[in-house]
Amino acid sequence: MPVESVSTEALGLATGRVHEAQGGGRRSFALFQAVRNTGPLIWVLSAHAPHLPMLRGLPEGVGHRLHIVRAKTETDLLWAIEESLRSSPVGLVIAEPEKPLSLTAGRRLQLAAEAGKTTGLMLIREGQGSNAAETRWKCAPLPSGTRDSTPHCWEIIKNKRGTNRTWTVHWNGATAAFNLVSETGE
Amino acid sequence: MARRLLSIWFPRLASDTALRKRPVEGAFALTHRSGNTDHIHCLNQMAASRGLHRGMALADARAICPGLETRPADLEREAAALMALRRWAGRYSPMVARDGSDGLIADITGVPHLFGGEDDLRSDLHARLERAGLAGASAITETRGAAYALARHGGGIVPEGKLGDAIGHLPVTALRIDKQTAQALAQVGLGQIADIISLPRAPLTRRFGRGLTLRLDQALGAQPEPITPETELAHFGVRMTFPDPIGLQADVMAGLSHLLERLCETLARHHRGARRLRLDLQRVDRETSQVEIGLARPMRDPERIIALFAKGVETVEAGFGIEAMRLTAHVTEDLPPEQLGNGQQGNGSGLRHEDALADLFSRLGNRLGFDRVLRLHPAQSSIPERSFLLTSAAYSDPEASPHRTGPERPIIIFPPEPVMTGGLSQPGHPPARFRWRRMSFTTLRATGPERITPEWWFDDPAWRTGLRDYWRVETREGMRLWLFYTPQSPAWSVQGEFA
Repeated sequence: MPVESVSTEALGLATGRVHEAQGGGRRSFALFQAVRNTGPLIWVLSAHAPHLPMLRGLPEGVGHRLHIVRAKTETDLLWAIEESLRSSPVGLVIAEPEKPLSLTAGRRLQLAAEAGKTTGLMLIREGQGSNAAETRWKCAPLPSGTRDSTPHCWEIIKNKRGTNRTWTVHWNGATAAFNLVSETGE
Repeated sequence: MARRLLSIWFPRLASDTALRKRPVEGAFALTHRSGNTDHIHCLNQMAASRGLHRGMALADARAICPGLETRPADLEREAAALMALRRWAGRYSPMVARDGSDGLIADITGVPHLFGGEDDLRSDLHARLERAGLAGASAITETRGAAYALARHGGGIVPEGKLGDAIGHLPVTALRIDKQTAQALAQVGLGQIADIISLPRAPLTRRFGRGLTLRLDQALGAQPEPITPETELAHFGVRMTFPDPIGLQADVMAGLSHLLERLCETLARHHRGARRLRLDLQRVDRETSQVEIGLARPMRDPERIIALFAKGVETVEAGFGIEAMRLTAHVTEDLPPEQLGNGQQGNGSGLRHEDALADLFSRLGNRLGFDRVLRLHPAQSSIPERSFLLTSAAYSDPEASPHRTGPERPIIIFPPEPVMTGGLSQPGHPPARFRWRRMSFTTLRATGPERITPEWWFDDPAWRTGLRDYWRVETREGMRLWLFYTPQSPAWSVQGEFA
């Protein structure tokens, strides 16, 4: 497989904006963004969410930067996201809202991210995105051909400043290193 | 120069402090429940004049004095009141200690001339106690035992060298001896201290034990008895009373900012930082409301702390107005002065990076609870659920996770969820097809098994099914899942997702 030498900027998230990711691979995508970010990380979950990031499985250098906030109600959850986004030392805020974000909520989060110069990444269910999101990613893990590859398909399905694109990326979930697979037929 | 010791006795400390807040006309007593009955713990002058006394059963007291008003005794508050009095008595001497549960002893050697003499000192003391509504008796002598005895039996000042005459007429019980000794002395007709001073010491000791002669010697100055002044624990509390009651939120915040400034100055002087702060707002109708906040890091920066109070103060019911505010930092931690401006300045805001992050955790913690702002900590366990700990971010420091070794671990872990295999699984191999969360999967490749046995010393209900064989299963659908098989109760479950 030829490895494309594209700038890695394309897979980054714009600072000061809130982005969205959906699909089965959204948490891998979130951790991929986390490992590329250098600041403190905040992962906002609802208190009754059953899942948690597992420390031993996290990419290198993420575990000690990661903070988990478990909010009791949806209002608290949104408030926690907004407060975290507004706080400038925070690098990346990953959040899993349970209900679709309203227009007001989406816009407020954008303003908070702008004020704090932080990046937000909402992990949403399909079709629950907010119109205010800067980009929306559809992430899916792909079956791999060989034993030691972990391909992902990351696709931008909404982009306020740019075009939609699809990437097939090999990322093993351990380091910041990844391989881009060139798209066939392009 | 002989020592001069001042003993202060508060005969009705508990009831006086209880009545200071809410005065009562007529007979009043505090009751204390011990065993199965209520006893009188402390009573006021009026009740004492009706023939009631301490330790009396409440039922008897009610029979004697039907109009008796009672409240349950609060021993903690009584102790706190005595501590406060001890602090106050620091105006007479730097060496003040508590003496029993209702007295103070102070070494005033070399002090009285500042007050114009011992008489003036004592009258100043009594005037102040009277103004505070506390009954008190005091004595100044050259030994601690004599001061104690005299304060509890009339009080007064004994000039140097007149000790034997001054306390001779007091009963032997004034000597701090135990009940049996006092009874034994009474049986042989020794009622006053003067009676035993003149007796030969050896038979006295043989008959009544060493305690009696020790106490007698201490009272007469033959045995030294030092005073151990209690170390003054720094008190981080400030208060403010208003000439007129206030009710506006802005006014409360303005008052609070004054208080915080003073409190933070005190904290800075002691190199401490507040961890939890409590604001008591006393209303005109004597109700008190409290606002308590926690801080993610010890700090003493008024501007950053006051922002956290805003939300709590909003919810306070002001009623007819607030007339007093008290701010206490009841949990503090060491916070030595730090050098600022070492290149870690936040961008333009002037606030350092970690301070800003701590502020965020304080805000999150005060609304959501500090147990909901968490950090992942590595733990020593091979059980996946316990291979990390969730600790409060405010009370722990980040710890680098250990180097990744051994079999791969998933990025996301959740409680085990059963997998529908449709009876197609072969023992020792992951199922070729399975359903999970209403999705069907086909196994493409499986890595494993990795056998994990439960920790026998820790009875975990989730691990009752016995040991587990973990597999990393790659599916044709793309998901890479962490499945396990429990051979001791055959079933497949999913517990995690890989990147």
